[in-house]
Amino acid sequence: MSEPRNTTRPSIGRPGISRAAEGLAKTIIIISGWTAIALLGAIAAYLFIESRSAISEVGLWSMISGELWYPTSKTAQYGFLPSETGTLWVAIVALMLCVPVGVASAVYISEFADKRIKDVYKSVIEFMAGIPSVVLGLIGLSLLAPWVRTTFGLDTGLTAFAAGLMVGVMCLPTIISIAEDALHAVPSELRMGSLALGNTRWQTTYRVTIPAASSGIFAAIMLGMGRAIGETMVVLMLAGNSGIIPNTPFLPARTLPGTIAGELGEVVRGGQHYSVLFAMGLVLFMVTFVINLAADSVLERQRRRWRR
Amino acid sequence: MVTNPTGSFDLENVSVAYGSETAVAGVSMHIVPQSVTALIGPSGCGKSTLLRCLNRMNDELGNVKVEGSIRFDGLDIMDNRLLDPVDLRRRVGQVFQKPNPFPMSIYDNVAYGPKTHGTRAKAELDAVVEQALKRAALWNEVKDQLKKHAFELSGGQQQRLCIARALATMPEVLLMDEPASALDPISSQQIEDTIAELKKSVTIVIVTHNMQQAARISDRTAFMLRESMDRPAGLIEIGDTRVMFTNPGDKRTESYITGRFG
Repeated sequence: MSEPRNTTRPSIGRPGISRAAEGLAKTIIIISGWTAIALLGAIAAYLFIESRSAISEVGLWSMISGELWYPTSKTAQYGFLPSETGTLWVAIVALMLCVPVGVASAVYISEFADKRIKDVYKSVIEFMAGIPSVVLGLIGLSLLAPWVRTTFGLDTGLTAFAAGLMVGVMCLPTIISIAEDALHAVPSELRMGSLALGNTRWQTTYRVTIPAASSGIFAAIMLGMGRAIGETMVVLMLAGNSGIIPNTPFLPARTLPGTIAGELGEVVRGGQHYSVLFAMGLVLFMVTFVINLAADSVLERQRRRWRR
Repeated sequence: MVTNPTGSFDLENVSVAYGSETAVAGVSMHIVPQSVTALIGPSGCGKSTLLRCLNRMNDELGNVKVEGSIRFDGLDIMDNRLLDPVDLRRRVGQVFQKPNPFPMSIYDNVAYGPKTHGTRAKAELDAVVEQALKRAALWNEVKDQLKKHAFELSGGQQQRLCIARALATMPEVLLMDEPASALDPISSQQIEDTIAELKKSVTIVIVTHNMQQAARISDRTAFMLRESMDRPAGLIEIGDTRVMFTNPGDKRTESYITGRFG
């Protein structure tokens, strides 16, 4: 980064070996950068290739809109609707928990907490993001599911609702940290401008800071939703994995990722069921891809707005 | 409005500390109502810090301690029981160095203060917005586009919008922290004209780097200085602007004004 100090004898400042090393480093970095993009493309392509036979034999639309999931019966039915509905319920319950709690926490950390609490809170959030989902699943099985069963008077606690609650907990770190970033990015001059008008901190937060950060907060919610839709382990352990379309979140349900993870081990490699599961993966991949892309473009727009 | 003017300040032995470091010490001055008082001095002499004492915005910076007595029309503003900082700021508005309009329409920017302070009726708000924009000399330029986003205005217009926004809460005092330093000469001139008009109805305290500006627009001038890094800054003298610029009482004021340092 720094210029060679002795400009009359540049060969001493930059011997040939360092020039070669720099070139190598640059090449490695470029290759690594493109690898990530190539991998993404490869994943999409592989999903597509593996699901091709399902798409041509069963039809993509009849899978997406099919109401029955009997993959092992003699006349197999490959309808995704039970899994799609279950995924939706889990995501809705998760968002109903993690959006209010997550956004409120972000507002607290960014606008009201003093620095020491802020630092502690941030590392707690990071720690929380690192908890393996299977551990949360265990806690859900032993504590949450029985609680749901007795509280709501259900036959079983293993429902979309229980899974949604736990998935909501898992999405909290994502929502909190991204929403906090968005609030933090709001220039302090705006807060000062509002406070100097004789508004309280809360009025300032509510009427100026949060609206100014709204697109970033929205992106945080979108990314949380992406996480909720794709979460597998907790759902597999807690949702009950019923094959019936659940009319309410208080019924056992299955989700797209849960179905794939639960059944892939039992299918014949290369068979129709196998290919259908890949088609399911393709649908899931596209949904989360679109959500993440939308969230990203919203975030980028907000970043550009404050770069004055 | 002319009889019995309000908006005076009396400072006695005011000092400000950031953490353990005292930045400004021993400032005593009287600020005359409905006049323009300019705070001048080189960078780091505590002008802005002192200005922020007058609406207690130092409170918002964290780890800042203000001591001494500050009376606003005789009322001790350091005592929260007598006057809450939030109420004080409704009477003592501030305009910042960099224009900081809110990310909303022109109308909403000006209506923001009155709205949060309880004015709800549309007709009343309309009247307040119009009056504030007129006083800030922006009305003629924006009257047909009040719904336009504030960020679409030029820098000078944004600054006058911020003045209008501050005026909309009907403050008795307007604090201005180098309000024209980020603007081009024409916009700067417009701000100065606005100040000249405003001082008929409000007290103005303005921090400025620009001595010509201080000489042009102010009635009284206070010169502040930090003489060495291991001593806090203080007030050297305050007086009638004409006297300060032609026949200052202190040698250091004279050196500064004649451009020998700073």
